[in-house]
Amino acid sequence: MPEFLSLDRVRFGYGKRVILDDISMRFERGKVVALIGGSGSGKTTILRLIGGQLRPQQGSVVFDGQDVHRLDREGLYALRRRMGMLYQFGALFTDLSAFENVAFPLREHTDLTEAMIRDLVLMKLEAVGLRGAAQLQTSELSGGMARRVALARAIALDPPLIMYDEPFAGLDPVALATVAQLIRRLNDALDSASIVVSHDIKDAFAIADQVFLLAGGRIAAQGSPEQMKASDDPNVRQFLEGDIDGPIAFHYQAKPLAEDLGLGA
Amino acid sequence: MRALLNPLQWLVEFVVSVGRGALFFVHLCWLGVAALRRPRLVIDQIHFIGNYSLSIILVSGLLIGFVLGLQGYYTLRRYGSEEALGLLVTLSLVRELGPVVTALLFAGRAGTSLTAEVGLMKAGEQIDAMEMMAVDPVARVLAPRFAAAVFCVPLLAALFSALGVLGGYLVGVVMIGVDAGAFWSQMQGGVDWLDDVGNGVIKSVVFGFTVAFVALFVGYNAQPTPEGVARATTTTVVAASLAILGLDFILTALMFSAD
Repeated sequence: MPEFLSLDRVRFGYGKRVILDDISMRFERGKVVALIGGSGSGKTTILRLIGGQLRPQQGSVVFDGQDVHRLDREGLYALRRRMGMLYQFGALFTDLSAFENVAFPLREHTDLTEAMIRDLVLMKLEAVGLRGAAQLQTSELSGGMARRVALARAIALDPPLIMYDEPFAGLDPVALATVAQLIRRLNDALDSASIVVSHDIKDAFAIADQVFLLAGGRIAAQGSPEQMKASDDPNVRQFLEGDIDGPIAFHYQAKPLAEDLGLGA
Repeated sequence: MRALLNPLQWLVEFVVSVGRGALFFVHLCWLGVAALRRPRLVIDQIHFIGNYSLSIILVSGLLIGFVLGLQGYYTLRRYGSEEALGLLVTLSLVRELGPVVTALLFAGRAGTSLTAEVGLMKAGEQIDAMEMMAVDPVARVLAPRFAAAVFCVPLLAALFSALGVLGGYLVGVVMIGVDAGAFWSQMQGGVDWLDDVGNGVIKSVVFGFTVAFVALFVGYNAQPTPEGVARATTTTVVAASLAILGLDFILTALMFSAD
Protein backbone atom coordinates (compact mmCIF):
# COMPACT_ATOMS: atom_id res chain seq x y z
CA MET A 1 0.00 0.00 0.00
CA PRO A 2 1.62 3.31 -1.04
CA GLU A 3 1.81 5.96 1.65
CA PHE A 4 -0.74 8.67 1.23
CA LEU A 5 0.36 11.23 3.74
CA SER A 6 3.66 11.59 5.51
CA LEU A 7 5.33 13.86 7.99
CA ASP A 8 9.06 13.89 7.70
CA ARG A 9 11.17 15.10 10.63
CA VAL A 10 8.76 17.90 11.41
CA ARG A 11 9.68 20.46 14.03
CA PHE A 12 7.35 23.20 15.23
CA GLY A 13 7.28 25.68 18.07
CA TYR A 14 6.27 29.15 19.15
CA GLY A 15 9.36 31.25 19.76
CA LYS A 16 11.65 29.22 21.96
CA ARG A 17 8.88 26.89 23.12
CA VAL A 18 9.12 23.66 21.16
CA ILE A 19 5.78 21.93 20.59
CA LEU A 20 6.83 19.20 18.20
CA ASP A 21 10.33 17.96 17.64
CA ASP A 22 11.51 15.58 14.93
CA ILE A 23 8.14 13.99 14.22
CA SER A 24 7.89 11.48 11.38
CA MET A 25 4.66 9.66 10.61
CA ARG A 26 3.15 7.70 7.72
CA PHE A 27 -0.53 7.42 6.95
CA GLU A 28 -2.21 5.09 4.46
CA ARG A 29 -5.64 4.99 2.92
CA GLY A 30 -8.08 2.60 4.52
CA LYS A 31 -6.44 2.94 7.92
CA VAL A 32 -7.58 4.71 11.07
CA VAL A 33 -4.70 6.19 13.03
CA ALA A 34 -5.12 7.45 16.58
CA LEU A 35 -2.93 10.23 17.98
CA ILE A 36 -3.02 10.08 21.76
CA GLY A 37 -1.20 12.06 24.39
CA GLY A 38 -1.84 14.49 27.20
CA SER A 39 -3.25 17.97 26.68
CA GLY A 40 -0.68 20.26 25.17
CA SER A 41 1.32 17.39 23.72
CA GLY A 42 0.90 18.80 20.21
CA LYS A 43 -1.79 16.48 18.83
CA THR A 44 -3.97 19.20 17.39
CA THR A 45 -0.87 21.02 16.13
CA ILE A 46 -0.15 18.01 13.92
CA LEU A 47 -3.60 18.32 12.33
CA ARG A 48 -3.05 22.01 11.73
CA LEU A 49 0.33 21.32 10.15
CA ILE A 50 -1.24 18.76 7.83
CA GLY A 51 -4.00 21.21 6.88
CA GLY A 52 -1.42 23.89 6.09
CA GLN A 53 -2.74 26.26 8.76
CA LEU A 54 0.63 26.16 10.49
CA ARG A 55 4.05 26.01 8.90
CA PRO A 56 6.75 23.73 10.31
CA GLN A 57 10.09 25.25 11.25
CA GLN A 58 11.80 22.22 9.80
CA GLY A 59 10.79 19.13 7.89
CA SER A 60 7.96 18.59 5.45
CA VAL A 61 4.41 17.33 5.18
CA VAL A 62 3.66 15.49 1.94
CA PHE A 63 0.04 14.81 0.98
CA ASP A 64 -0.50 12.56 -2.03
CA GLY A 65 2.87 13.52 -3.52
CA GLN A 66 2.57 17.28 -2.85
CA ASP A 67 4.53 19.18 -0.23
CA VAL A 68 1.76 21.02 1.65
CA HIS A 69 3.89 23.98 2.64
CA ARG A 70 5.35 24.65 -0.79
CA LEU A 71 1.97 25.23 -2.38
CA ASP A 72 0.55 28.67 -3.12
CA ARG A 73 -2.86 29.59 -1.74
CA GLU A 74 -4.72 28.15 -4.71
CA GLY A 75 -2.79 24.90 -4.55
CA LEU A 76 -3.39 24.66 -0.82
CA TYR A 77 -7.11 25.26 -1.27
CA ALA A 78 -7.23 22.56 -3.97
CA LEU A 79 -5.58 20.21 -1.49
CA ARG A 80 -7.92 21.11 1.35
CA ARG A 81 -10.90 20.18 -0.79
CA ARG A 82 -9.61 16.64 -0.38
CA MET A 83 -9.39 16.90 3.41
CA GLY A 84 -12.24 16.77 5.88
CA MET A 85 -11.79 18.18 9.35
CA LEU A 86 -14.01 17.68 12.36
CA TYR A 87 -13.47 20.30 15.04
CA GLN A 88 -13.71 19.58 18.73
CA PHE A 89 -16.88 21.62 19.15
CA GLY A 90 -18.14 21.14 15.62
CA ALA A 91 -17.53 24.72 14.46
CA LEU A 92 -20.89 24.70 12.68
CA PHE A 93 -21.92 27.95 11.03
CA THR A 94 -24.33 29.42 13.53
CA ASP A 95 -26.31 31.40 10.95
CA LEU A 96 -27.20 28.29 8.94
CA SER A 97 -29.45 25.28 9.58
CA ALA A 98 -28.07 21.76 9.93
CA PHE A 99 -29.02 21.11 6.29
CA GLU A 100 -27.30 24.26 5.03
CA ASN A 101 -24.18 23.50 7.05
CA VAL A 102 -23.78 20.16 5.31
CA ALA A 103 -24.70 21.71 1.96
CA PHE A 104 -22.09 24.45 2.42
CA PRO A 105 -19.05 22.67 0.91
CA LEU A 106 -21.21 21.29 -1.91
CA ARG A 107 -22.56 24.74 -2.78
CA GLU A 108 -19.10 26.31 -2.61
CA HIS A 109 -17.18 23.72 -4.57
CA THR A 110 -19.58 22.05 -6.99
CA ASP A 111 -22.11 23.08 -9.62
CA LEU A 112 -24.62 20.43 -8.59
CA THR A 113 -28.30 21.15 -9.03
CA GLU A 114 -30.42 21.93 -5.99
CA ALA A 115 -32.09 18.53 -6.21
CA MET A 116 -28.76 16.71 -6.21
CA ILE A 117 -27.46 18.79 -3.31
CA ARG A 118 -30.61 17.94 -1.38
CA ASP A 119 -30.19 14.22 -1.99
CA LEU A 120 -26.50 14.27 -1.06
CA VAL A 121 -27.07 16.28 2.11
CA LEU A 122 -29.88 13.98 3.23
CA MET A 123 -27.68 10.94 2.57
CA LYS A 124 -24.85 12.41 4.64
CA LEU A 125 -27.24 13.31 7.43
CA GLU A 126 -28.74 9.82 7.24
CA ALA A 127 -25.24 8.39 7.72
CA VAL A 128 -24.92 10.25 11.02
CA GLY A 129 -28.52 9.49 11.99
CA LEU A 130 -29.77 13.07 11.79
CA ARG A 131 -31.82 13.22 8.61
CA GLY A 132 -34.80 14.19 10.74
CA ALA A 133 -32.90 17.12 12.21
CA ALA A 134 -32.07 18.64 8.81
CA GLN A 135 -34.15 21.77 9.31
CA LEU A 136 -33.05 22.48 12.89
CA GLN A 137 -31.01 25.60 13.53
CA THR A 138 -27.53 25.16 14.98
CA SER A 139 -28.70 26.59 18.31
CA GLU A 140 -31.33 23.84 18.60
CA LEU A 141 -28.79 21.01 18.37
CA SER A 142 -27.28 19.35 21.43
CA GLY A 143 -23.49 19.07 21.68
CA GLY A 144 -23.48 15.49 20.42
CA MET A 145 -25.84 16.28 17.56
CA ALA A 146 -23.76 19.31 16.54
CA ARG A 147 -20.70 17.07 16.41
CA ARG A 148 -22.53 14.59 14.17
CA VAL A 149 -23.77 17.33 11.83
CA ALA A 150 -20.20 18.63 11.68
CA LEU A 151 -19.08 15.10 10.81
CA ALA A 152 -21.63 14.99 7.98
CA ARG A 153 -20.27 18.32 6.76
CA ALA A 154 -16.67 17.11 6.97
CA ILE A 155 -17.46 14.13 4.69
CA ALA A 156 -19.73 16.05 2.31
CA LEU A 157 -17.15 15.95 -0.48
CA ASP A 158 -16.07 12.34 0.28
CA PRO A 159 -12.52 13.38 1.18
CA PRO A 160 -9.69 10.83 1.06
CA LEU A 161 -8.31 12.24 4.32
CA ILE A 162 -10.48 12.90 7.36
CA MET A 163 -9.07 14.45 10.52
CA TYR A 164 -10.93 14.33 13.82
CA ASP A 165 -9.97 16.67 16.64
CA GLU A 166 -11.17 15.15 19.93
CA PRO A 167 -14.30 13.61 18.42
CA PHE A 168 -15.26 11.89 21.70
CA ALA A 169 -14.81 14.75 24.15
CA GLY A 170 -17.94 15.56 26.11
CA LEU A 171 -20.17 12.91 24.52
CA ASP A 172 -22.45 10.62 26.49
CA PRO A 173 -21.60 6.88 26.25
CA VAL A 174 -24.19 6.13 23.57
CA ALA A 175 -23.27 9.10 21.37
CA LEU A 176 -19.61 8.27 21.92
CA ALA A 177 -19.96 4.66 20.76
CA THR A 178 -22.04 5.84 17.78
CA VAL A 179 -19.45 8.40 16.70
CA ALA A 180 -16.64 5.87 17.12
CA GLN A 181 -18.45 3.33 14.95
CA LEU A 182 -19.22 6.05 12.40
CA ILE A 183 -15.57 6.99 12.10
CA ARG A 184 -14.62 3.39 11.40
CA ARG A 185 -17.51 2.80 8.97
CA LEU A 186 -16.91 6.02 7.05
CA ASN A 187 -13.22 5.27 6.79
CA ASP A 188 -13.89 1.84 5.33
CA ALA A 189 -16.68 3.02 3.02
CA LEU A 190 -14.66 5.92 1.58
CA ASP A 191 -11.33 4.07 1.72
CA SER A 192 -9.91 7.20 3.28
CA ALA A 193 -7.11 7.82 5.71
CA SER A 194 -8.48 8.86 9.10
CA ILE A 195 -6.55 10.57 11.87
CA VAL A 196 -8.24 10.63 15.26
CA VAL A 197 -6.85 12.91 17.94
CA SER A 198 -8.09 11.77 21.31
CA HIS A 199 -7.29 11.03 24.88
CA ASP A 200 -10.13 8.60 25.18
CA ILE A 201 -7.99 5.48 25.04
CA LYS A 202 -10.67 2.80 25.09
CA ASP A 203 -12.65 4.12 22.15
CA ALA A 204 -9.62 5.24 20.19
CA PHE A 205 -8.07 1.80 20.55
CA ALA A 206 -11.32 0.11 19.58
CA ILE A 207 -11.36 1.65 16.10
CA ALA A 208 -7.69 2.38 15.35
CA ASP A 209 -5.34 0.32 13.22
CA GLN A 210 -2.34 2.18 14.51
CA VAL A 211 -1.63 4.40 17.50
CA PHE A 212 0.93 7.13 18.08
CA LEU A 213 1.56 8.28 21.65
CA LEU A 214 2.94 11.81 21.85
CA ALA A 215 4.77 13.09 24.89
CA GLY A 216 7.16 16.01 25.32
CA GLY A 217 6.90 16.97 21.66
CA ARG A 218 8.07 13.58 20.45
CA ILE A 219 6.57 10.26 19.49
CA ALA A 220 6.95 8.32 22.72
CA ALA A 221 5.57 5.07 21.34
CA GLN A 222 3.77 3.70 18.30
CA GLY A 223 2.19 0.47 17.18
CA SER A 224 -1.10 -1.35 16.82
CA PRO A 225 -3.51 -1.09 19.76
CA GLU A 226 -2.57 -4.65 20.78
CA GLN A 227 1.14 -3.83 20.72
CA MET A 228 0.51 -0.71 22.76
CA LYS A 229 -1.52 -2.59 25.33
CA ALA A 230 1.23 -5.18 25.66
CA SER A 231 4.02 -2.60 25.73
CA ASP A 232 6.11 -2.16 28.83
CA ASP A 233 7.34 1.28 27.73
CA PRO A 234 6.95 3.51 30.81
CA ASN A 235 5.33 6.30 28.74
CA VAL A 236 2.68 3.94 27.43
CA ARG A 237 2.04 2.30 30.79
CA GLN A 238 1.65 5.64 32.52
CA PHE A 239 -0.76 6.96 29.92
CA LEU A 240 -2.82 3.78 29.69
CA GLU A 241 -3.08 3.37 33.43
CA GLY A 242 -3.43 7.06 34.24
CA ASP A 243 -0.59 7.04 36.78
CA ILE A 244 0.42 10.37 38.22
CA ASP A 245 4.06 9.34 38.57
CA GLY A 246 5.99 8.55 35.44
CA PRO A 247 7.89 10.07 32.56
CA ILE A 248 4.92 12.27 31.52
CA ALA A 249 5.00 15.23 33.91
CA PHE A 250 1.76 16.51 35.40
CA HIS A 251 3.36 19.77 36.47
CA TYR A 252 4.23 22.52 34.02
CA GLN A 253 7.91 23.33 34.28
CA ALA A 254 8.54 25.47 37.37
CA LYS A 255 11.16 26.29 39.95
CA PRO A 256 11.01 24.28 43.18
CA LEU A 257 7.90 24.88 45.27
CA ALA A 258 9.92 25.76 48.41
CA GLU A 259 11.74 28.47 46.51
CA ASP A 260 8.48 29.91 45.13
CA LEU A 261 6.96 30.03 48.60
CA GLY A 262 10.07 31.60 50.05
CA LEU A 263 10.80 28.62 52.32
CA GLY A 264 14.16 27.05 53.08
CA ALA A 265 17.61 28.49 52.80
CA MET B 1 2.50 55.14 27.10
CA ARG B 2 4.35 52.73 24.84
CA ALA B 3 4.88 55.53 22.35
CA LEU B 4 6.93 57.31 25.01
CA LEU B 5 8.86 54.27 26.20
CA ASN B 6 9.93 52.97 22.83
CA PRO B 7 9.00 55.47 20.12
CA LEU B 8 10.80 53.68 17.30
CA GLN B 9 9.16 50.33 17.90
CA TRP B 10 5.79 52.02 18.30
CA LEU B 11 6.26 53.88 15.02
CA VAL B 12 7.22 50.71 13.16
CA GLU B 13 4.20 48.85 14.55
CA PHE B 14 1.94 51.76 13.70
CA VAL B 15 3.15 51.95 10.11
CA VAL B 16 2.85 48.18 9.71
CA SER B 17 -0.71 48.16 11.03
CA VAL B 18 -1.72 51.08 8.79
CA GLY B 19 -0.24 49.19 5.85
CA ARG B 20 -2.07 46.01 6.79
CA GLY B 21 -5.31 47.93 7.13
CA ALA B 22 -4.84 49.58 3.74
CA LEU B 23 -4.14 46.27 2.02
CA PHE B 24 -7.14 44.72 3.73
CA PHE B 25 -9.30 47.62 2.52
CA VAL B 26 -8.20 47.20 -1.10
CA HIS B 27 -8.71 43.44 -0.82
CA LEU B 28 -12.21 43.95 0.61
CA CYS B 29 -13.18 46.42 -2.14
CA TRP B 30 -12.01 43.98 -4.79
CA LEU B 31 -13.77 41.00 -3.23
CA GLY B 32 -16.83 43.16 -2.52
CA VAL B 33 -17.22 43.71 -6.26
CA ALA B 34 -16.62 40.01 -6.88
CA ALA B 35 -19.31 39.17 -4.30
CA LEU B 36 -21.90 40.78 -6.58
CA ARG B 37 -21.66 37.67 -8.73
CA ARG B 38 -23.50 35.91 -5.93
CA PRO B 39 -26.29 38.43 -5.40
CA ARG B 40 -28.18 36.14 -3.03
CA LEU B 41 -25.46 36.51 -0.37
CA VAL B 42 -25.40 40.30 -0.70
CA ILE B 43 -29.20 40.60 -0.68
CA ASP B 44 -29.41 38.55 2.52
CA GLN B 45 -26.98 40.95 4.16
CA ILE B 46 -28.78 44.03 2.82
CA HIS B 47 -31.90 42.64 4.41
CA PHE B 48 -30.10 41.89 7.63
CA ILE B 49 -28.10 45.07 8.18
CA GLY B 50 -30.07 47.57 6.09
CA ASN B 51 -33.60 46.60 6.94
CA TYR B 52 -32.92 46.20 10.63
CA SER B 53 -31.32 49.67 10.78
CA LEU B 54 -34.33 51.20 9.06
CA SER B 55 -36.50 51.92 12.09
CA ILE B 56 -33.80 53.67 14.13
CA ILE B 57 -32.77 55.74 11.10
CA LEU B 58 -36.33 56.80 10.27
CA VAL B 59 -37.26 57.72 13.82
CA SER B 60 -34.01 59.62 14.35
CA GLY B 61 -34.45 61.48 11.07
CA LEU B 62 -37.94 62.58 12.05
CA LEU B 63 -36.85 63.70 15.53
CA ILE B 64 -33.86 65.64 14.20
CA GLY B 65 -36.22 67.27 11.69
CA PHE B 66 -38.48 68.35 14.56
CA VAL B 67 -35.56 69.93 16.42
CA LEU B 68 -34.22 71.63 13.31
CA GLY B 69 -37.68 73.02 12.60
CA LEU B 70 -37.97 74.49 16.10
CA GLN B 71 -34.43 75.84 16.48
CA GLY B 72 -34.38 77.10 12.92
CA TYR B 73 -37.65 78.92 13.41
CA TYR B 74 -36.50 80.60 16.64
CA THR B 75 -33.33 81.89 15.04
CA LEU B 76 -34.77 82.89 11.67
CA ARG B 77 -37.65 84.79 13.27
CA ARG B 78 -35.16 87.22 14.82
CA TYR B 79 -34.28 88.33 11.30
CA GLY B 80 -37.80 88.10 10.01
CA SER B 81 -36.94 85.36 7.56
CA GLU B 82 -39.05 82.43 8.79
CA GLU B 83 -39.92 81.51 5.23
CA ALA B 84 -36.29 80.37 4.75
CA LEU B 85 -36.95 77.58 7.28
CA GLY B 86 -37.39 74.92 4.56
CA LEU B 87 -34.05 75.87 3.03
CA LEU B 88 -32.25 75.82 6.38
CA VAL B 89 -33.67 72.45 7.41
CA THR B 90 -32.95 70.83 4.07
CA LEU B 91 -29.44 72.15 3.65
CA SER B 92 -28.52 71.11 7.19
CA LEU B 93 -29.85 67.64 6.48
CA VAL B 94 -28.53 66.87 3.00
CA ARG B 95 -25.14 68.47 3.51
CA GLU B 96 -24.30 67.38 7.04
CA LEU B 97 -26.74 65.74 9.39
CA GLY B 98 -28.15 63.18 6.96
CA PRO B 99 -24.84 61.55 6.01
CA VAL B 100 -23.11 62.05 9.37
CA VAL B 101 -25.83 61.04 11.81
CA THR B 102 -26.90 58.13 9.61
CA ALA B 103 -23.33 56.84 9.53
CA LEU B 104 -22.96 57.25 13.30
CA LEU B 105 -26.21 55.42 13.96
CA PHE B 106 -25.30 52.77 11.41
CA ALA B 107 -21.95 52.23 13.17
CA GLY B 108 -23.79 51.74 16.45
CA ARG B 109 -26.60 49.59 15.12
CA ALA B 110 -25.10 47.53 12.26
CA GLY B 111 -21.34 48.06 12.67
CA THR B 112 -21.27 46.57 16.14
CA SER B 113 -23.32 43.57 15.08
CA LEU B 114 -21.00 42.97 12.11
CA THR B 115 -17.95 43.13 14.38
CA ALA B 116 -19.50 40.86 17.00
CA GLU B 117 -20.73 38.38 14.40
CA VAL B 118 -17.36 38.06 12.70
CA GLY B 119 -15.52 38.01 16.04
CA LEU B 120 -17.76 35.26 17.37
CA MET B 121 -17.37 33.25 14.17
CA LYS B 122 -13.65 33.45 14.78
CA ALA B 123 -14.00 32.48 18.44
CA GLY B 124 -16.17 29.48 17.48
CA GLU B 125 -13.54 28.25 14.98
CA GLN B 126 -16.01 28.87 12.15
CA ILE B 127 -13.53 31.04 10.25
CA ASP B 128 -10.90 28.34 10.75
CA ALA B 129 -13.29 25.63 9.60
CA MET B 130 -14.11 27.63 6.48
CA GLU B 131 -10.41 27.96 5.70
CA MET B 132 -10.05 24.20 6.09
CA MET B 133 -12.96 23.72 3.69
CA ALA B 134 -10.94 25.67 1.13
CA VAL B 135 -13.36 28.61 1.26
CA ASP B 136 -11.83 32.06 1.68
CA PRO B 137 -13.63 33.60 4.68
CA VAL B 138 -12.83 37.12 3.51
CA ALA B 139 -14.58 36.44 0.20
CA ARG B 140 -17.43 34.38 1.62
CA VAL B 141 -18.21 36.11 4.93
CA LEU B 142 -16.73 39.61 4.86
CA ALA B 143 -17.11 40.71 1.24
CA PRO B 144 -20.92 40.31 0.97
CA ARG B 145 -21.33 42.19 4.25
CA PHE B 146 -19.01 44.92 3.01
CA ALA B 147 -20.88 45.31 -0.28
CA ALA B 148 -24.23 45.35 1.52
CA ALA B 149 -23.14 47.99 4.04
CA VAL B 150 -21.67 50.25 1.36
CA PHE B 151 -24.93 49.93 -0.57
CA CYS B 152 -27.17 50.57 2.45
CA VAL B 153 -25.61 53.66 4.02
CA PRO B 154 -26.40 56.16 1.19
CA LEU B 155 -29.95 54.83 0.94
CA LEU B 156 -30.46 55.12 4.67
CA ALA B 157 -28.98 58.62 4.63
CA ALA B 158 -31.44 59.63 1.88
CA LEU B 159 -34.34 58.28 3.94
CA PHE B 160 -33.01 60.03 7.03
CA SER B 161 -32.91 63.37 5.19
CA ALA B 162 -36.36 62.84 3.70
CA LEU B 163 -37.88 62.11 7.11
CA GLY B 164 -35.96 65.07 8.56
CA VAL B 165 -37.48 67.43 5.98
CA LEU B 166 -40.89 66.01 6.82
CA GLY B 167 -40.19 66.59 10.53
CA GLY B 168 -39.16 70.20 9.86
CA TYR B 169 -42.35 70.68 7.82
CA LEU B 170 -44.56 69.23 10.54
CA VAL B 171 -43.10 71.50 13.22
CA GLY B 172 -42.53 74.62 11.14
CA VAL B 173 -45.57 74.64 8.89
CA VAL B 174 -48.20 72.48 10.55
CA MET B 175 -47.53 73.40 14.19
CA ILE B 176 -46.03 76.91 14.12
CA GLY B 177 -47.70 78.13 10.96
CA VAL B 178 -44.85 79.14 8.64
CA ASP B 179 -46.23 79.63 5.12
CA ALA B 180 -46.17 76.27 3.32
CA GLY B 181 -45.58 77.79 -0.10
CA ALA B 182 -42.55 79.73 1.13
CA PHE B 183 -41.24 76.67 2.99
CA TRP B 184 -41.19 74.53 -0.16
CA SER B 185 -40.30 77.17 -2.75
CA GLN B 186 -37.34 78.53 -0.79
CA MET B 187 -36.12 74.96 -0.47
CA GLN B 188 -36.59 74.31 -4.15
CA GLY B 189 -34.83 77.49 -5.14
CA GLY B 190 -31.93 77.28 -2.71
CA VAL B 191 -30.91 73.63 -2.78
CA ASP B 192 -28.66 72.66 -5.65
CA TRP B 193 -28.88 69.09 -6.87
CA LEU B 194 -25.24 68.62 -7.62
CA ASP B 195 -23.58 70.84 -5.02
CA ASP B 196 -25.78 70.03 -2.06
CA VAL B 197 -27.55 66.72 -2.63
CA GLY B 198 -24.76 65.26 -4.77
CA ASN B 199 -22.02 66.12 -2.28
CA GLY B 200 -24.16 64.76 0.56
CA VAL B 201 -24.50 61.47 -1.31
CA ILE B 202 -20.74 61.35 -1.91
CA LYS B 203 -20.23 61.87 1.82
CA SER B 204 -22.56 59.04 2.74
CA VAL B 205 -20.86 56.72 0.25
CA VAL B 206 -17.49 57.52 1.82
CA PHE B 207 -18.95 56.95 5.30
CA GLY B 208 -20.47 53.66 4.13
CA PHE B 209 -17.03 52.42 3.08
CA THR B 210 -15.57 53.68 6.36
CA VAL B 211 -18.04 52.05 8.74
CA ALA B 212 -18.11 48.76 6.82
CA PHE B 213 -14.34 48.57 6.67
CA VAL B 214 -13.78 49.46 10.32
CA ALA B 215 -16.44 47.04 11.58
CA LEU B 216 -15.19 44.10 9.52
CA PHE B 217 -11.48 44.77 9.99
CA VAL B 218 -11.85 45.05 13.74
CA GLY B 219 -14.07 41.95 13.94
CA TYR B 220 -11.76 39.88 11.76
CA ASN B 221 -8.73 40.85 13.84
CA ALA B 222 -10.48 40.47 17.21
CA GLN B 223 -8.98 38.23 19.87
CA PRO B 224 -11.10 35.07 19.66
CA THR B 225 -12.25 35.28 23.29
CA PRO B 226 -15.31 36.81 25.00
CA GLU B 227 -13.29 39.83 26.20
CA GLY B 228 -11.68 40.17 22.79
CA VAL B 229 -15.06 40.33 21.03
CA ALA B 230 -16.42 42.76 23.62
CA ARG B 231 -13.42 45.01 23.19
CA ALA B 232 -13.70 44.80 19.42
CA THR B 233 -17.31 46.00 19.35
CA THR B 234 -16.36 49.00 21.48
CA THR B 235 -13.40 49.72 19.21
CA THR B 236 -15.71 49.66 16.20
CA VAL B 237 -17.99 52.34 17.60
CA VAL B 238 -15.14 54.57 18.77
CA ALA B 239 -12.95 54.21 15.68
CA ALA B 240 -15.81 54.43 13.18
CA SER B 241 -17.33 57.50 14.87
CA LEU B 242 -14.04 59.37 14.99
CA ALA B 243 -13.24 58.41 11.40
CA ILE B 244 -16.67 59.64 10.25
CA LEU B 245 -16.34 62.98 12.02
CA GLY B 246 -12.76 63.50 10.87
CA LEU B 247 -13.57 62.61 7.28
CA ASP B 248 -16.65 64.82 7.42
CA PHE B 249 -14.54 67.84 8.22
CA ILE B 250 -12.11 67.08 5.39
CA LEU B 251 -14.92 66.46 2.90
CA THR B 252 -16.80 69.61 3.94
CA ALA B 253 -13.65 71.68 3.54
CA LEU B 254 -13.09 70.25 0.07
CA MET B 255 -16.67 70.38 -1.16
CA PHE B 256 -18.25 73.60 0.00
CA SER B 257 -17.22 77.24 -0.24
CA ALA B 258 -18.72 80.53 0.95
CA ASP B 259 -20.06 81.76 -2.39
